[in-house]
Amino acid sequence: MELSAADLAAIRLTLELASITTLLLLVLGTPLAWWLARTRSRWKGPVAAVVALPLVLPPTVIGFYLLVSLGPNGYGGQLTQALGLGLLPFTFAGLVVASIIYSLPFVVQPLQNAFAALGDRPLEVAATLRASPLDTFFTVILPLARPGYLTATVLGFAHTVGEFGVVLMIGGNIPGQTRVVSVQIYDHVEAMEYAQAHGLALSMVVFSFLVLWALYHFNPQGGRRG
Amino acid sequence: MPFPRLLAPLLLMLSMSVQAEEVSVAVAANFTAPMQKITTEFEKDTGHKVQLAFGATGKFYAQIRNGAPFQMLLSADDETPAKLEREGLTLAGSRFTYAVGSLVLWSAQPGYVDADGTVLRQGGFKKIALANPRLAPYGKAAMEVLAALGLADTLAPRFVQGENITQTFQFVSTGNAELGFVALSQVMQEGRIRTGSAWRVPDRLHTPIRQDAVILATGRDNAAATALARYLQGEKARAIIRAFGYQI
Amino acid sequence: MTPATQPSILARFRLGYAGFALHVDLSLPGRGVTALYGPSGSGKTTLLRCIAGLERSPDAHLQVNGEVWQDGARFLPTHRRPLGYVFQEASLFPHLDVRRNLEYGMRRVPARERRVSLEQAIELLGIGHLLARRPDRLSGGERQRVGIARALAVSPRLLLMDEPLAALDLARRQEILPYLERLHDELEIPVLYVSHAPDEVTRLADHLVVLEAGRVVAAGALGDTLARLDLPIRLGEDAGVVLEACVLEQDPVWGLARVAFTGGSLWVRDAGHALGQAVRVRILARDVSLTLTRHEGTSILNILPARLEDMAEDGHPAQVLARLSVAGSPLLARLTRRSVHALGLHAGMPVHAQIKAVALIG
Repeated sequence: MELSAADLAAIRLTLELASITTLLLLVLGTPLAWWLARTRSRWKGPVAAVVALPLVLPPTVIGFYLLVSLGPNGYGGQLTQALGLGLLPFTFAGLVVASIIYSLPFVVQPLQNAFAALGDRPLEVAATLRASPLDTFFTVILPLARPGYLTATVLGFAHTVGEFGVVLMIGGNIPGQTRVVSVQIYDHVEAMEYAQAHGLALSMVVFSFLVLWALYHFNPQGGRRG
Repeated sequence: MPFPRLLAPLLLMLSMSVQAEEVSVAVAANFTAPMQKITTEFEKDTGHKVQLAFGATGKFYAQIRNGAPFQMLLSADDETPAKLEREGLTLAGSRFTYAVGSLVLWSAQPGYVDADGTVLRQGGFKKIALANPRLAPYGKAAMEVLAALGLADTLAPRFVQGENITQTFQFVSTGNAELGFVALSQVMQEGRIRTGSAWRVPDRLHTPIRQDAVILATGRDNAAATALARYLQGEKARAIIRAFGYQI
Repeated sequence: MTPATQPSILARFRLGYAGFALHVDLSLPGRGVTALYGPSGSGKTTLLRCIAGLERSPDAHLQVNGEVWQDGARFLPTHRRPLGYVFQEASLFPHLDVRRNLEYGMRRVPARERRVSLEQAIELLGIGHLLARRPDRLSGGERQRVGIARALAVSPRLLLMDEPLAALDLARRQEILPYLERLHDELEIPVLYVSHAPDEVTRLADHLVVLEAGRVVAAGALGDTLARLDLPIRLGEDAGVVLEACVLEQDPVWGLARVAFTGGSLWVRDAGHALGQAVRVRILARDVSLTLTRHEGTSILNILPARLEDMAEDGHPAQVLARLSVAGSPLLARLTRRSVHALGLHAGMPVHAQIKAVALIG
C-alpha cells in the first residue's frame, strides 16, 4: 500500500484543517458553551437549537447554503468582500469557516455539559477565596472541565477529518487548498480506483484510531469528589 | 401476449393488476427532469410502474456490483454500461444511447460569455468551474475543449471542480465562479437559455457525451423494463429529451 | 456574655422568591460567635449567602465593622469581600491537593492584609499530616477541617459558616467541635454560624439569632435569648439555659468540681479543668424540678434557691415552662400543669430548683 503525492498532500491538508478548526472551535465554543450552561435567558433555547442545527441538516445542504451565502451575491460574501477578505468559497479559509459551523455542536455540547455538571458551588467557593470570575475560570473551571474539553477536542477533530459533504460543496477540489482526504477518497471511489481508495481510507482510519486512542489514554480519570 | 396489446389502453388499465409490472431504474442525476416527465407519460401509456432513483453514476455502479435492486440503469456516460456488460451484469444486447449531452460555457451574469467563447482567452475571471474530469463525462469533455483551444494549462490554476455536473452548475449559478462548463440541459428551458449568458460549445471540440442505458441482469424477465427501454427510444420520449437540451 | 456595646455588623435584607421571603434587619456584634439558628427553610442560609454576596438582595444594606459592602446601587462582589466562607460540604477543589487548596485563597490576599498564616491555620485545625493528600483521599471530617482552614487562611474579617457539621455523623462532629472552640478562643475573627443543632449553638455561640420563615424572632446574647419563654417551644427537648461559670474548687475524692456562676454554684463532674478556668454549663429545662421547701434525703446534689419569675405554655397541653431567677441568673424548668396546680405555683414565689443534670460544655 503506497500513497501518491496527491494523497499525502490531501492528508496534510486535512490534518491542518482539523487542527486549526478544532483550536478555533475550542476558543469560540468556550464562551458560547459557558453562556448556554449558565444563562437563564429566554434566548437560551433558540441559541441552543441554532447550535444543534448542523446535526439536523445534511452536510451537502449546509454546504449549499454556505456556498450561496458566502458567494458574491450572499450577505456573507458581501461582508467578507467589504472587510477586504475576498470571497471564502474555494479557499482554505472558507473550509475553516465551514468546518467551524459544521462541527460547532460537537464542541459546544460536550463543553456545555461539562460546565453544567460543575454546578454553582466551585464558582462560589472560588469567589469566597478572592478569585475574580476570570481567575476562577482559568484556575478552577478549566481544570475541572478537562474531560469535557477532551471529548470536545476529540469530537471536533474527528468530525472535521470526516467532513465531506460541506467541503465538497464549497471546496471546489483544489489540490493543496481544499482537496482534503475525504474528497480524495471519494474521487478514488467514484473513479473506480478502489485500490487507492482503500489505501487512503485505511491509513486515515489507522491514523485517527491512534490519535483518539492516545487522547483517551493520556487522560486518566481524575477524582471528582471533593 | 398479443391479446391485451391489441385492445385499447382502457382495457389494459383494467387488467393492470395482473399485467402491470414494476421496474426500478437508476438514473443519472443530470437526467432527472426529463426522466420524470417521460416516466409520467410512460406510466400513463402502459400502466407499468416505475421507481426512479437519481444519483451519481459511479455510485450506482458500485451499488449494482454489490447487488442493488435495480433492473435498469440510465448512465451519465457510455463507459459504465459497457463495463457492466463486460462483467456480465446486464441483459446482453440491451445497451443503447438514450441521449447525447451538449456542453455550454455558461455564466449567471448576462453578457459575460460571448457567443464565440472568446472570454476564455481574455481570461478576466478568477474561477472557472468544471466537473471533475476523472469522474464526470461533462468534465472530461470540458477538458478536451480547453485542450483543443490550447488553454488547459494556463487556466488550470483557476479551476474549481464540482464532483458532478449539478455541483458545477451550483458553483456558477451562485456566482462563486464567474463562469463554467455545464450541461446545456441545465440552463435551457423551452429551447432557450433561461438566464445569464452562454456559449454553445461546438460538438467537434470534444468527443460526444453519450449517455447509455442498459437493462441489468436482474431485469431479464421484467416486462416493464423491456417496455421502458423501448419507450425511451420512441419518438414521444425523444421529443421530451430534446426539449431538455440533449441531442438524440 | 453581654450584648456587644456597639453593633458592628448591620445587615438589612429584603428578598423574595416564590413561596419564600427573607426580611431581616439586624445589628450583630462585631466579635465572638453569632449563631443563626432556625429550622430548615427559615432563611438562615439565605441570610448568610446575602452577607457573602452570593445571593443578591435588591433592597439591602450591609455594613461590616464600618465598611459598607452593599448599599443601594453599591454591591461589592463576593471576591472583593474580606470574608471566609465554610460550606456545608467542604467543597474542596478536587484538582488540587490539600496544600494547594489552602494556598488558593491565601495567595489572592495581598501580603500586608494577611493576619492568619498558613502554618497557623494548619496548626489550628490539626491538618499538618494531610497536606500532600488529594481531597478524595480524606475522610469527611478531615475534608471539613481543611475547608475551615482554607477559609481562615484568607485572613477574613468575618467568618461565615453554613452548618459546617451538618453533613457529618456524630463521631465526626465530636472530632471537629474542639477545633471550632479553639477558633473561638484563639482568633479575634467574628463568626456567623448557621446551625439547626442546639448542642452546637449552646457550645459555640456567644450571641443567638433565631429565624423563622425568613424573619428574626429573637436576637441577643446567648444566655438571655435561651432563657426567653417564647423560644423554648422552638427548641423543644433542647430548651434550657447556658451559664458562664468558672471552676472554683475540686474534690478529688468524689471526682467532682464546683463551678461558680453569677448567683450561685454547681457541682459537676470534674473534667480536668484548672482552677479558675472559664467554662460553660448547660442546664436543660427538663432536668430542673421545683420544690417549695428544701428537701433533705435526696440524691440530687444541686439544689438552688430561686424565685419563680414567669410561666408560659409549653409544646404539650400537659406542660408548662417556668423561668426562674437564681439571684439574677436565668434558669428554665419544665413542669406539668398538674404540679403547678398542686403546689399553687405563681409568679414571684420563692422556690427551690432541683437540678438533676448539668452539662459542662467547653
